[in-house]
Amino acid sequence: AVPRRLCILKGIYPHEPKHKKKVNKGSTAPRTFYLLKDIKFLLHEPIVNKFREYKVFVRKLRKAYGKSEWGTVDRLKNNKPTYKLDHIVKERYPTFVDALRDLDDALSMCFLFSTFPRTGKCHVQTIQLCRRLAVEFLNYVIASRSLRKVFLSIKGIYYQAEVLGQPITWITPYAFAHDHPTDVDYRVMATFTEFYTTLLGFVNFRLYQSLNLLYPPKIDGQADAELKAAEGKEYAMDSESYLEKLSALSASLARVVAPTHEDEVEMDEFPVEGETAEQMDARKKEQEALEKHKKLFEGLRFFLNREVPREPLAFVIRCFGGQVSWDKSLCIGATYDVSDPSITHQIVDRPRVGQQVVGRYYLQPQWVFDSVNAKMCLPVADYFPGVLLPPHLSPFVTEQEGDYIPPEKLKLLAMQRGENPDEESEEEDEEEEEEEEDDNDKEEEEEEDESEKEEEMKLKKMEEQKTQSTKALPVKVTAGKVRLEDKQRLEQEQQSEEKRLAIMMMKKREKYLYKKIMFGKKRKVREANKLAAKRKAHDTAVKEEKKKSKKARRA
Amino acid sequence: LPPPPFLSSWHPGVRLLEMVKVKPLSAPLQDIRNTVGNIPMEWYQDFPHIGYNLDGKKIYKPIRNKDELDMFLEKMENPDYWRTVQDKMTGADIKLTDEQVELVQRLQKGQFGDVNFDPYEPAVDFFTHEVMIHPVTNRPADKRSFIPSLIEKEKVSKLVHAIKMGWIKPRKPKDDTPTYYDLWAHEDPNSILGRHKMHVPAPKMKLPGHEESYNPPPEYLLSEEEKLAWEQQEPAERKLNFVPQQFRCLRAVPAYPRFIHERFERCLDLYLCPRQRKMRVNVDPEDLIPKLPKPRDLQPFPTTQALVYHGHSSLVRCLSISPSGQWLVSGSDDGTVRFWEVCTARCMKTLPAGGVVKSVAWNPNPTICLVAICVEQSVLLVNPCLGDKLLYGATDQLLESYKAPEEERVQPVQWVTATTEEHGKGIRLVIQHSKALKQVTWHGKGDYFASVVSDNSNMQVLIHQTSKRWSQNPFRKSKGLVQCVLFHPIRPYFFVATQRYVRVYNLLKQELTKKLMTNCKWVSSMAIHPGGDNIICGSYDSKLAWFDLDLSTRPYQLLRHHKKALRSVAFHKRYPLFASGSDDGTVIVCHGMVYNDLLQNPLLVPVKVLKGHALTLDLGVLDVLFHPTQPWVFSSGADSTIRLYT
Repeated sequence: AVPRRLCILKGIYPHEPKHKKKVNKGSTAPRTFYLLKDIKFLLHEPIVNKFREYKVFVRKLRKAYGKSEWGTVDRLKNNKPTYKLDHIVKERYPTFVDALRDLDDALSMCFLFSTFPRTGKCHVQTIQLCRRLAVEFLNYVIASRSLRKVFLSIKGIYYQAEVLGQPITWITPYAFAHDHPTDVDYRVMATFTEFYTTLLGFVNFRLYQSLNLLYPPKIDGQADAELKAAEGKEYAMDSESYLEKLSALSASLARVVAPTHEDEVEMDEFPVEGETAEQMDARKKEQEALEKHKKLFEGLRFFLNREVPREPLAFVIRCFGGQVSWDKSLCIGATYDVSDPSITHQIVDRPRVGQQVVGRYYLQPQWVFDSVNAKMCLPVADYFPGVLLPPHLSPFVTEQEGDYIPPEKLKLLAMQRGENPDEESEEEDEEEEEEEEDDNDKEEEEEEDESEKEEEMKLKKMEEQKTQSTKALPVKVTAGKVRLEDKQRLEQEQQSEEKRLAIMMMKKREKYLYKKIMFGKKRKVREANKLAAKRKAHDTAVKEEKKKSKKARRA
Repeated sequence: LPPPPFLSSWHPGVRLLEMVKVKPLSAPLQDIRNTVGNIPMEWYQDFPHIGYNLDGKKIYKPIRNKDELDMFLEKMENPDYWRTVQDKMTGADIKLTDEQVELVQRLQKGQFGDVNFDPYEPAVDFFTHEVMIHPVTNRPADKRSFIPSLIEKEKVSKLVHAIKMGWIKPRKPKDDTPTYYDLWAHEDPNSILGRHKMHVPAPKMKLPGHEESYNPPPEYLLSEEEKLAWEQQEPAERKLNFVPQQFRCLRAVPAYPRFIHERFERCLDLYLCPRQRKMRVNVDPEDLIPKLPKPRDLQPFPTTQALVYHGHSSLVRCLSISPSGQWLVSGSDDGTVRFWEVCTARCMKTLPAGGVVKSVAWNPNPTICLVAICVEQSVLLVNPCLGDKLLYGATDQLLESYKAPEEERVQPVQWVTATTEEHGKGIRLVIQHSKALKQVTWHGKGDYFASVVSDNSNMQVLIHQTSKRWSQNPFRKSKGLVQCVLFHPIRPYFFVATQRYVRVYNLLKQELTKKLMTNCKWVSSMAIHPGGDNIICGSYDSKLAWFDLDLSTRPYQLLRHHKKALRSVAFHKRYPLFASGSDDGTVIVCHGMVYNDLLQNPLLVPVKVLKGHALTLDLGVLDVLFHPTQPWVFSSGADSTIRLYT
């Protein structure tokens, strides 16, 4: 177990040998191989001695317990050997950016551990530490407004923040009790967590420092006083409620130096060499869009109902400059009441709202997340309580050419471009159809389709001609155009045949590669087509149902 | 006298019981006492008596013959009904007195049974908290309280010894450094270890797509069949490790049961998976296709099917064309040989051969009109009597001018002159072999021809001379099953193709000059370039090997453009074309340019795929043949037709 822990802590991973048989004494059975260099590197680690000391300590302690020598037990416990992982963190991540790049797993793990029950599985201190670090990180993200994307998946909630230009993605589970699986080795996870908490602590420290915030975080004095006044004497001790106040995410943090607005100097622009004016403009535009995105909810006041998940919503809203509050009995840190007339949005997740206050929107929580992903406040009509919600799309997908794009995404893109979605929808549908046809062409399978298409074209032409002839008296019946088309087609055929013949002459390896690439492409197209067809079928089914219901209503 | 208060406060229940029990005893009416003791009374349920009195007599149960109505009447009439209780021990009805009723009521309220008891009396301590001037006891102090303890001394000396020996260490000073500090305060780019250049950072986890959403677009949800397929797949093979689901609102989303599993698997990946940098091939597939000259620039070559020669009733095995290019001869499994006029597709002549015709070969000498036909065990030399009368008359004369040598030589075959009946059909000579024949081929001059016997001995290949009517066996030893043989068009070389090799013999020196490795499993056919330096071999494993005899004994190029076994290959005599026919029913015509410059390698470009033959019995094209002067190609197929592509 010790080498395993060492490997985890030091980040040593096995290697795939170049010649498996040579290394494995002629057999090809699967085995894990470590580099000799790595193992030697592990042996030099000073923490190995600490582990040995700890082992000795445990043995002595057990012996003392066995002999009921309580004095010895006390003495041993006082001298319990400890170890630190600081130097390992520094060694594995020599620069801060390296550490940020590897933060994804650390954050996800800490968020998972912070939701564990305080019994069994792992030490309570670990859980508390994880919770503390996670809350600190969330507070940093709020303070720096660096959240970019949120996604509600069936597994949990994904967040993506951009810290110092590095995208950091983490996932938090939904707030339910865990059904602890039996086939998971919690010791391995605990070892990872041990390292990750160290890493995250240092990263948090540095991040707080970069924003001039106090670490460990202190709630801003003013806000603190407000909070205290609001909360009264329901909470027993300051030390206990401190973390909870922090995790309420409703108050801003204290700074080392009080912020002055004069400090915000406008950045000078340095033209990068080899950059055209267009690129500069694009960059500038991007910057502006980002600034706008950061201030998405500025000036809006939200109120969270009892049934919506408080922490993720409060986090997201605060990240984009909104003010948020909740029922006082729900959690510490509520800043205003339901009855506050200045509330603009109330987040509700129940089919019907009993008493509605005029002057605020009652919305489902998906609106907040969709708005964040769309980088704009979406129209509220689709998100009223009890309304069938529009699909929640993943913000992490960037469609390449030829990929399937769901119609909702198209609508969203159009809206981002500043077009009115209602007018566009029909056109988009047409576009889609065209796309589908293109896809069909790509598949090169159905010559029938092509011929059909051609026939259609011919028919259209005939029709045109007919209409023309009716208009301008029948003079000419046939034209040479049809033949022209034939020529084109012949040319196409010839080209495709040439290609086929050339493929015949390819070398075996290249042919294999070519076939593989083409197979991949075709599969992609096939999948896209399948999704499009499914969507089409679904839409038609929905339409028919609507028609039926209309008829039924009329009747 | 009332009992002392503390007693009653300790055991109120006991006293109450006594009180309840004592009262009925004191009643003077009847003194029935049951002696059965504290037993469940339902043991006496089935007996007429209920126990025994002090005298040992049975106590009988009181007679109860009241029915429901009587009970009700009594309840209505008797004013004391509510305070009447049945004694379980005796079965008798007892009327409770007022005192007893009050007691019961007090107990029901949770009060003490005794009316006079005060539960809130002030407590009196045994010892006061104030220090008193006199000791409680007057015992003098022990001696041991004046002298130092031995045991303690022992303990201390033990500790001192342990400290001296270094067994016990002084308590460590508390570490005052903060747990977290600015670790990267002094980032030194020079301190980065060499390891970091080798280090492969773990790939990030895949980001979720639309299908993972709690409310995905409807097309991402799995249909019933897809769900079933998903369930039947191995967990490792699944494309998605979850089933996409749709929830109407966020409130309805449950916890994901495999969340911890997934984190754990990620941990395992991080420390147990070997990491490797893999260069992703980022090739445009179009770049992979070799740049070849366009077929259009390589014309002429046959492109379309021009004529179909119908007539045979079974698969057509072999084709041959007259040197002038006017006549075509074909042999078929229906036991006939047919002569066709090429331009009109008219069958000029049908010759029943009396067996399966394996091979036909027209004499390449334009001054001789003679066709060699392989039928079972004999080669027939036939004068088709087509074309110029002078020509075929001359051929007959040439054959008749033969004079038998004076001394008979021992020959491996028998030369027999045709009978008159056969002569009428056109057959001039019959060369009878001992075994079935496979192939016959002429030498370029038209005097010699070689035949291949399907046999495994050294007698497989025989070379015959027509003018002298004698045959010889060139090989002393068998080198394997001979597939086909070929004469070099110019030089005295002889090619013998066995299953895997092609051997080149010099006929003058009578020695092996070359052995070509075909890299094929089973050679089916062979053709030679009219220049004589290049050979193509078709094989049953659907490969076509092009050999450059000057270059090496290995194929210059191995073409795998057919999907099934190749049956025959052919070169054009004038144009740089070669064709191959295969079981997949296609004839592929390729441009095969051979340059006189020795440094330039031949250029091979496939130019046309000709389709036309229908597949029958899994056989497609059986033989291909070029027209001697025009860029036309003939193919004979298993669908008993011959086709001409021009």
